[in-house]
Amino acid sequence: MAVKAKTRRTNVLPGFGLTLGFTLAYLGIVVLIPISTIFFKTFTLTWPQFWAAVASPRTIAAYKLSFGASIAGASINSVFGFIVAWSLVRYEFPGKTLIDVMVDLPFALPTSVAGITLTAIYAGNGWIGRYLAPLGIKVAYAPLGVIVALTFVGLPFVVRTIQPVLEDLDQEYEEAAATLGASRLQTFLLVIAPALIPALLTGFALAFARALGEYGSVVFISGNMPMHTEVVPLLIMSKLEQFDYAGATAIAVVMLTASFAILLGINVLQRWSSRRLAA
Amino acid sequence: MAIESPKRPGTADPPAVRIALITIALVFVALFIFIPVIAVFTEALQKGLGAYFAAITDPEARAAIRLTLMTAAIAVPLNVTFGIAASWAIARFDFPGKQMILTLIDIPFSVSPVIAGMLFVLLLGVRAPLGGWLADHNIRIIFAEPGIVLATIFVTFPLAARELIPIMQAVGSEEEEAAIVLGAGGWQMFFRVTIPNVKWGLLYGMVLCNARAMGEFGAVSVVSGHIRGHTNTMPLYIEILYNDYQFAAAFAVSSLLTLLAIATLVAKYYLERRVIPVKQEPDDLAVKVAA
Repeated sequence: MAVKAKTRRTNVLPGFGLTLGFTLAYLGIVVLIPISTIFFKTFTLTWPQFWAAVASPRTIAAYKLSFGASIAGASINSVFGFIVAWSLVRYEFPGKTLIDVMVDLPFALPTSVAGITLTAIYAGNGWIGRYLAPLGIKVAYAPLGVIVALTFVGLPFVVRTIQPVLEDLDQEYEEAAATLGASRLQTFLLVIAPALIPALLTGFALAFARALGEYGSVVFISGNMPMHTEVVPLLIMSKLEQFDYAGATAIAVVMLTASFAILLGINVLQRWSSRRLAA
Repeated sequence: MAIESPKRPGTADPPAVRIALITIALVFVALFIFIPVIAVFTEALQKGLGAYFAAITDPEARAAIRLTLMTAAIAVPLNVTFGIAASWAIARFDFPGKQMILTLIDIPFSVSPVIAGMLFVLLLGVRAPLGGWLADHNIRIIFAEPGIVLATIFVTFPLAARELIPIMQAVGSEEEEAAIVLGAGGWQMFFRVTIPNVKWGLLYGMVLCNARAMGEFGAVSVVSGHIRGHTNTMPLYIEILYNDYQFAAAFAVSSLLTLLAIATLVAKYYLERRVIPVKQEPDDLAVKVAA
């Protein structure tokens, strides 16, 4: 009966050809053709050209800052995002709904707005910067500012990947652990934490991937000094402004490859995560 | 069966831990979310209300607002139409390569905005074969409005589809099958059953797509060419004001986009709870179909 219903379903509903055709055509025009140009453009470069662009000292300094600051931002978000998600799911406190709504702000706020605002706050005379300056801590126009901006843009990802998993987590296991004599810390480390690890890693990867490509919020706060506070998207932008399309393309291909590798990793993580939840 | 204790002993954290964690969470969120939001409005109003309104009604600001609205008015309907078509094909039919399409839809999420803009410069700029042909026919795309619209469409491409696919899957196809079996035409079924079933998710997809379309900066920055008052969207205009040291004006325009962001989040909060309609019992449906 169920099998019959299933076969009938694929036959009875209309519009398969129309919708799939439109989907493929639109996907091709908007995404696949533009993406393929970058790879075709790369083939027109000679090896020495390619190598000169992707391995120059300035580019290497930009990779280091981009990857380093993105890892730092995603790590900060993993720790504090976890605490935010835990508090939202497990505790009651005033302002909880407001926080739950506003956690997605970095996703909705235009990056140029975020950029100028964070710069204003962390500049030497800003609301927070003025208290850090006497301590010798420079945030705006320094690598630390890049980390602040990348932490901001990645904030929703860790919270929003852990939160639903935590909500679905059956508290009976915790009760069982407590009944069997486990301390709360043991329960957390041995029962709760293992269940959350796939979601935490997914959140980390999403925040990292977002941070790696970020431009708008970094461009204002970093100061854009080559070799010092220049992230890879800024380097690509400055090459484009000088009409060095070959150099920009070469670096973009390296970054795209890294992004696709992360995307693949996230897919694997999510499959692992859903298998865990199903079990 | 089991006696449910309201407090669930063994699942509660010690009060000291609870208070410490809540405090850390509040400080973190205050630092990264609330202080920036308050800062936008404080900086915007630092020269008074008169200067604020002068900044947002300036002719260049109005031109930027107009281009931003126009860009969203083109990008959102196109991407939402794509979202509906893709979610129908993917949630209602089985075909080989489905997983592949889902992965391809996500590509714009993993591409840096700067690279997204660059793709269109490489494809349609005057040095590209296609761009050269367009230039010969006096069609300007890069460093003009059409380029901004294209880059925005690319960046916001997955949003509506990503929202609609899981909802379309969760709703199920029983009601649509019933409509068809009872003799409804395809469009009749679509407008009377499918759309009402997914309307909140559809609306949320639009809101989200709209917010990102109006706020996109990096991709648009690459293709705009920075022609003052002509190819500036609001986020680009903010950059120009800021680099001109017109901070109050930059934050005044920013405050409009911040209000849009907050409205988007509030809409998300209310729409998300209505996204999946109450499913009808399969038994009722069987009766309906049989009748």
